[in-house]
Order: sequence, then C-alpha cells, then structure tokens
Amino acid sequence: MSVKKKIMAAVSAMCLMSVVLTGCGAGGSEKTAEGDTASTELSGSISLAGSTSMEKMCEALSESFMEKNPGVTVNIEYTGSGAGLESLAADSIDIGNASRALKDDEKAGGAVENIVAIDGIAVITDKENAITDVSSEDLAKIYTGEITNWSELGGTDQPIVVVGREAGSGTRDAFEEIMDIADKCNYAQELDSTGAVLAKIAATPGAIGYVSLDVVDDTVTGMKIDGVEASEEQILSGAYLLQRPFVMATNGEISEQSELVQAWFDYINSDEGKEAIKGVGLIIPQ
Amino acid sequence: MKRNAIIEKIAHAVVLICALLAIFAVCGITLYMIIKGTPALKEVGVFDLIFGNVWKPTASEPMYGISYIILSSLMGTGLAILIGVPISVMTAVFLSEMAGKKIGNIVGGAVELLAAIPSVIYGLIGMMVLNPLMFHLEKMIYENDSSHQYTGGANMLSAVIVLAIMIMPTVISVTTSSLKAVSNDLRAASLALGATKEQTIFKTVIPAAKSGILTGVVLGIGRALGEAMAINMVAGGAVNLPLPFNSVRTLTTQIVSEMGYAGGLHRQVLFTVGLVLYAFIMIINFLLLKVRKAGAENGSK
Repeated sequence: MSVKKKIMAAVSAMCLMSVVLTGCGAGGSEKTAEGDTASTELSGSISLAGSTSMEKMCEALSESFMEKNPGVTVNIEYTGSGAGLESLAADSIDIGNASRALKDDEKAGGAVENIVAIDGIAVITDKENAITDVSSEDLAKIYTGEITNWSELGGTDQPIVVVGREAGSGTRDAFEEIMDIADKCNYAQELDSTGAVLAKIAATPGAIGYVSLDVVDDTVTGMKIDGVEASEEQILSGAYLLQRPFVMATNGEISEQSELVQAWFDYINSDEGKEAIKGVGLIIPQ
Repeated sequence: MKRNAIIEKIAHAVVLICALLAIFAVCGITLYMIIKGTPALKEVGVFDLIFGNVWKPTASEPMYGISYIILSSLMGTGLAILIGVPISVMTAVFLSEMAGKKIGNIVGGAVELLAAIPSVIYGLIGMMVLNPLMFHLEKMIYENDSSHQYTGGANMLSAVIVLAIMIMPTVISVTTSSLKAVSNDLRAASLALGATKEQTIFKTVIPAAKSGILTGVVLGIGRALGEAMAINMVAGGAVNLPLPFNSVRTLTTQIVSEMGYAGGLHRQVLFTVGLVLYAFIMIINFLLLKVRKAGAENGSK
C-alpha cells in the first residue's frame, strides 16, 4: 500500500513538474507577449469528458475561461473517470477528466497525466473527543460498522455516530474509493452539504464525519490518519492518505495539443485559474 | 352602451385567461412529472423500484429500491397526524368554545404566528434542541444493545415531533372556523336538554363540525407529506426502516438531498420518487374534495 502510494506520489510529482514547466515555458511567455490580443482571437470549442467529482471545478474554470475568451465554447460532459479516458483514447474529445491517477495501460495508450488540482478530505470529530489519531484500518471499520464505540479505540465509552454525505456526492465518492469501502458504508446520518456535516459533527458528541479539507475550522477536530496530520503540506508530500488527484488527461503532451487546448491549460496555470480552483476547495499541486 | 359591452368582453377574457393559466400550470406539472418519472419505472422495473428496499444508486451494481423511503413518508405523516391532530382539535375547541376574548386573541395570534414560521426555522430548532435531547434518550434506551446504530438523535421520532408541530396551525385554524360555523341553535338545544358544556362540545358541536375538522386533517396530511426542509435537517437522512430511533429518509428529502449531484438513471429515479410523492398528494387532494362534498351535502340537509 505505502510503496504503491510513494510510487504514485513520485509519478504525480514528475508529471506536475512537467506541467508546471511547460506552463511556464511556452504558455507563460506567449501570454505575456501577446496578452489580450491572443484571447480575443481564440475561437472554436474544447470538449472535455469524465469525472463527475470534477464538475464543480470544471464549471468554475470553464465559466471564467469562456468569459475571458468569448469566442470559445467549452463543452464538458460528466460521464465518470473511466468513460472520460475511454473517449479520450477514442479521440472523440480533447481532454479526459479523471479523479484518480491514470492506470499504466491508459498511459501506454498515449494519455498524459496533467494533474490540475488535488482533492483532500479531512476526517473530523467533535471537540470533546479525546481520540485525535486513527489508523486507516480502524477508520474503515468505523464506517463499515465493525467498530461502534470509541472505547474500542481506547477512548471514552461513547457510541460512534457515523456521519457521511449523500449518494452522488464527490466527497463521499472519494472517501469510499480511497478507503476501499465503496458501497459498504453503514451511515447513521447522510447529510447533503459540507456545512451540514460540519455543524452536525460540532454539535453531536461522539460523531465522526468527512469534509473537504479546506472547510475544517476550529469547531471540530481534524483527525490524524495513521499519525499524519491533514494539512496541505502533508497532502503535497503524499504522506496523507485521504487525497486524490484531479487529472485532465490529454493525448500526448500539452505542447502537442491544439492552440485552444494549450490556452485552456495556460489559463488553469495562471493566477486566475488557480484562484478558481482554490475557490472550489481544492489544493494546487506544486 | 357599446363601450360598456366591450369593457365587459375584455374583462371576461382577462379573467378567463387567468383561470386557464392555473389549469395550464396543473396540467403542465402533471404531464412533466409523468414524462420525467416513468422512464425509470420502465428501466428499473416497477416492482424492484417500489418494493425494493436497498437504495444504492451509485454502487457498481446500482439498486434503486424506495420502499423504505415510501414507508418512512407514510409512517412519519401518520404519526405526526396521530400526535398533532388531537392537540390541534383541543386547541380549536378552546379557541371557539371556551376562551374569553382576551385569551382567545392571544392564543389565536400565537397559532397564526406558528403558521408563519418558515420550515427551515423548525428544522434548525429541531436540529439544535430536539436532536441532542433525542441522543440522550437514545443512549439511555439502547445502553445495553450493541447492535443498535447510534444516530446522534437525528431520527424518525424527531421528524415526527417537528411535523406534528408544523401541521398544528393548519388543523387548528380550519377546525376553529368550522367549530365557529356550527349554529348556536344546536348548542342551545343541547344545553336545554340538560347536557353540560363539555357534553355539548364533544357530543354535539364536534360531530356537527366533523367534515370541517376532517378537511383540516387532510390539509395537515398534505402539509406533513410535502414538508422537506425541516425533515431534511432532523431526520438523519440514511435510508432505513422507519423505526422511532432509526435515521430515515422520506420522499421529499430523498429528492432534496440527492438531486444536486445525481446523473443518469439515478436522476431519473429521483424524478420517479417525485412522481410517487405527486401521486400521494393527488390522492390526498381527491380525499379532500370528497370530504368537502360530503360536508356540503350534510350542510344542505
């Protein structure tokens, strides 16, 4: 598990570097040189398909991108990571969205993994809870209903109230997928927003829940997982478990793509694009 | 003379168009719900959908059983009526038969205010006050039962209590006006025969106002069945059998909570859930018409 993780982290780090380098090298200079004239000239359409979890980010990006480039239409379909990469392999779209690292056979097919953002999930408990560190095995057992009392983990005799998100939520998707407990969770409460989960955890003694990393505040305790704190640094170093990359895969390097697609990635790597990504609660890869 | 006739015609047309607009809206909504709600019925299968009890719309092998959800809606509404209606009828009796002008105004005003409170406020108070109380109760009751899944107080019972309070204003106001509409001759006759005030109220006035009270109850059922926001905040939202201390999900909260990110067949099934809810509301309205008709016939006798 951990070896795989490290390899994954290394691979993603390398890909990141290449993205950043191409972004700075080709895109950056072009942008400063041509500036506004380039953006007015662009016209046509870009098509993306894939992960449903990336919907919020894609909508935010495409909205502001199209505002900047009125001649460009960005078409995004949310068909799921696998389906998106299949469409990319079939060359029916420009960019395949995946909310996971690409598999080896997908890379062998020519898809290049451009990580545009990292989704981090924090596990939270109420302030009174003495347990602030949980192993990933125990966490999985809590969510599948095998562990039902905090005393089983060495805490006080307090029943665990398992709080989660509704089916279809990207956070739930990610959490269950990374923990490898998809569809096995036994929720006591399914709430339909991040804010509701936060409020519920803060108000309910013995409750546990998961939310996007960026919304954790001091009304709740963000738990360590396997001894690793949930923080941006730990996520970027790859040590924190509950994270996944948001990949916009292309057939071949970005520099080989059409002018439009290059402009799209330039925009994502620009300060404005990064703001849009941060705005939906994601972490910018370094 | 001619001008008046033209104005008359125009007024007639305007009124007619307004009336048609309402009909158009009802027909449009009905048609939309049927068009949007039936494809999933075909795709999942009527039996699997209505009677299946596993709701796993995003699993690799999705299951779309909504029987627990339907049951939760019916149970929640039924229990809320059971708790809310007696209290409401008693309040209405107090308001129409016993209260002096001063106290009557105060209670009546309070009931009107209760009706004006937005459902999200009911939900908020339920979440912050009722749920913690329920959690204490839950811990006491299930102390030695290791198989119980603790819900933190967000359960069926909380939803029922919130609903019971929410339907009260509707039932009270309809009941009060129907009690007030009972002719004083009846009361006088009853009292003249030697009945006490209580006997008069419960044996004469309430039976005479039966159809009005029933109308209130049916309206209350409609309100309880259609409420989404408050339930969403206090009921926990996991799909379970509707037992008092289980976290439950009703037809309305099902749509509210999952519409945001649902896609494909999952989304279509949510429309079907809407269609089921719509069917229930239609049945309630049909009952309402029947009750009113019966009441009108009684009145004319």
